[in-house]
Amino acid sequence: MNRTKLKLEMPLHLLLLPGLLFVIVFNYIPMLGIVMAFQKFIPARGFFDSDWAGLDNFRYVFSMPNIGQVIWNTVFIATMKIIAGLIVPISIALLLNELIHEKFKRWVQTLIYLPHFLSWVILGGILLDLLSPNDGIVNQFIKGIGMEPIYFLGDNKWFPITIILSDQWKEMGFSTIVYLAALTSINPSLYEAAKLDGANRIRQTWHITMPGIRPIIILMLTLSLGQALNAGFDQIFNLYSPSVYESGDILDTLVYRLGLVDAQYAVATAVGLFKSIVSFCLISVSYWMAYRFANYRIF
Amino acid sequence: MESIPRKVFLGFNYTFFILISLLCLFPLIHVLAVSFSSSDAVTAGLVKFWPVEFTTRSYEYMLNKPEFFQSMVITVQRVILGTVFGLLLCLTIAYPLSKEVKAFRLRTYYAWFFVFTILFNGGLIPGYMVVRNLGLLDSIWALILPSAVNVFNILLMLNFFRALPKELEESAFIDGAGHWTALWRIYLPLSLPSFATITLFTIVYHWNSWFDGLIFMNKPENYPLSTYLQNIIMSGNLINITSSQSLEQLKDISDRTAKAAQIFIGTLPILIVYPFLQRFFIHGIVLGSVKE
Repeated sequence: MNRTKLKLEMPLHLLLLPGLLFVIVFNYIPMLGIVMAFQKFIPARGFFDSDWAGLDNFRYVFSMPNIGQVIWNTVFIATMKIIAGLIVPISIALLLNELIHEKFKRWVQTLIYLPHFLSWVILGGILLDLLSPNDGIVNQFIKGIGMEPIYFLGDNKWFPITIILSDQWKEMGFSTIVYLAALTSINPSLYEAAKLDGANRIRQTWHITMPGIRPIIILMLTLSLGQALNAGFDQIFNLYSPSVYESGDILDTLVYRLGLVDAQYAVATAVGLFKSIVSFCLISVSYWMAYRFANYRIF
Repeated sequence: MESIPRKVFLGFNYTFFILISLLCLFPLIHVLAVSFSSSDAVTAGLVKFWPVEFTTRSYEYMLNKPEFFQSMVITVQRVILGTVFGLLLCLTIAYPLSKEVKAFRLRTYYAWFFVFTILFNGGLIPGYMVVRNLGLLDSIWALILPSAVNVFNILLMLNFFRALPKELEESAFIDGAGHWTALWRIYLPLSLPSFATITLFTIVYHWNSWFDGLIFMNKPENYPLSTYLQNIIMSGNLINITSSQSLEQLKDISDRTAKAAQIFIGTLPILIVYPFLQRFFIHGIVLGSVKE
C-alpha cells in the first residue's frame, strides 16, 4: 500500500524539484548569509573565515546619528501609504459603482489602471519633469497664479507628501479591483428591499454596500499591516536626493548606500536583518489576524 | 425619475472621474509632447499637451545611440528567458501543491517551504553575495534566476487549479494518463485566463525591472533598458557635445527633450501590451483570489 502510494506521488516530488532548488539557492541560502551581521565580514575571507563581532554591528548601527530619523521616515511614509491606500481606492470604487454608463466606466478603469504597469523609473522621470521648480509644468501653473514655486522633491516639508500622493497616483486605480469585485457580488435584491422600505441612496450605501464590502476591507487592512516597514524603495530611490535624506531616507535606501555604495557589507546586513525580523513579526501577525477575522487562507 | 440632489451628485461624479482619468493620462501626454518639441520651445515653457515646433530630432538622437540598442537587446533577452523560466517553474510548483493532502502527503510542508520566503528574507546584501559567489555578475542569468520563482504567482495558479473539478483528472488517470499529461493536457488548457494573467505580469515585471541590473551588472554595456533609462534619467547630463553628433543636430534637442523621448520609448511596449493585459487581469486576479 505504502509503496504504491510512494510510486503515485513520485512524479509530484520530481515536478517540485527544480522549484525547490531555486528557492533553496536564492531564498534560503541568503537567509544563512545573515551570519554576516554578526561578523567583521571581509569579502576576501568569506563567511567561514571572517572574525566574529558579536553584536558590534548592531551597536554601530544604532549609534548612527540618523538611524532614528530613518526608522521614523520609514514607518511614517509606509503608514501614510497604508491609510491612503485604503481610503482612496474604497472611495473610488464606491463612486465608480455609481456610474451609469458602462462604456464610460470601462474607459475610466482603463485609464486609472495604467500607471500601475509603469515602473518607478518611468514615473520618476515623468515626475522629475513635471515637478521641476524652474520649468516643470506644475510650477509654471503655480507661478501663473502668482505663488512662489514649490520644490516638491527638494524640500523636506514637501517630499513625504509628494511621495505619498504620487504613490496613490500610481496605485489608486489598480487597488480598486478587489473592492469592485466585492461590490458586484452584493445581492441586488437587498437594494430592492431597502428601496421598498424607503431608504435613499445614502442609506443604501451605508446599510447595504458598506456591510457588503466590510470583509474585504478588514482583509486588506490586516494584510497591509505587514507592509508597515515597506515605504517603497523603487519610488524613493528614483525621486530622492541628498537634500531630502532628512525626510525621505528609509531603511531600504540606507541598506543600499551602506552595503553597495560604501561596501560596508556587515553593517548593511545588520540593518537589513533588523528590518527582516520586524517585518517577519508584522507579516505573521497580519496573516494570523486575516485568518482569524476574515477567514483568509494563504493556500 | 431622478431627484435633483441625485442629478447634482451624478454631475459631480462624472466630472470627478473625467478629472481623475485626465490626471492619469496628461502626464504621459505632456512628456510625449515635450519629446516631439524643439528645445527652445520647451525651455520657454510653451509646451503643454501638444508639440511646439515639431521635430523628431530627440528620437533620431536616441535611436542612433548604440548603448540604447544594446540595452534593448538585453531587455528582450531577459523578457523572453525570464518569462519562459518563470512560467515553467510556476506551473511545475503550483500543480503538485494544488493536490489534496490525501493525494500528496507532503503537500502542506512543501507549500509552507515556499510561502515562508514571503514571510522572511535574508535581505539585499546576502542575496547579492549569493549571486556574486555563483559568478553570475555581469551575466544575463543574474536578471533571470534569482526572481524566477514568484510565490504570489504560484498561489494565484494553485488556487485556480484547486477550483477545477476533480472528476476531469480522475477520468484522465483512469485512462492511463500520468501527472505530467494531466498538467499539460487538462490543467493548463483549462486555466488559460490565469495563465495569461501571469504571463503578462511576468513580461511587465521583466520589462520594468531595473534594480537587479543596477546591482548585478558592473559594466554599463550589460544594463537592461530600464536600468539604462534609470541611469540617464537620474544622472542629469545626457547630451555630450564631444560625441559623434554634429552641433547642427544638437541644436534642437536638450536634456529634457531627449529624456522625454527615452521615457516614451521605455513606456511604449507596455502601452502596446496593455489592452491585452487589461482584458485578462481583472478576470484572472478575481478568479485566483476568490476561494471557498
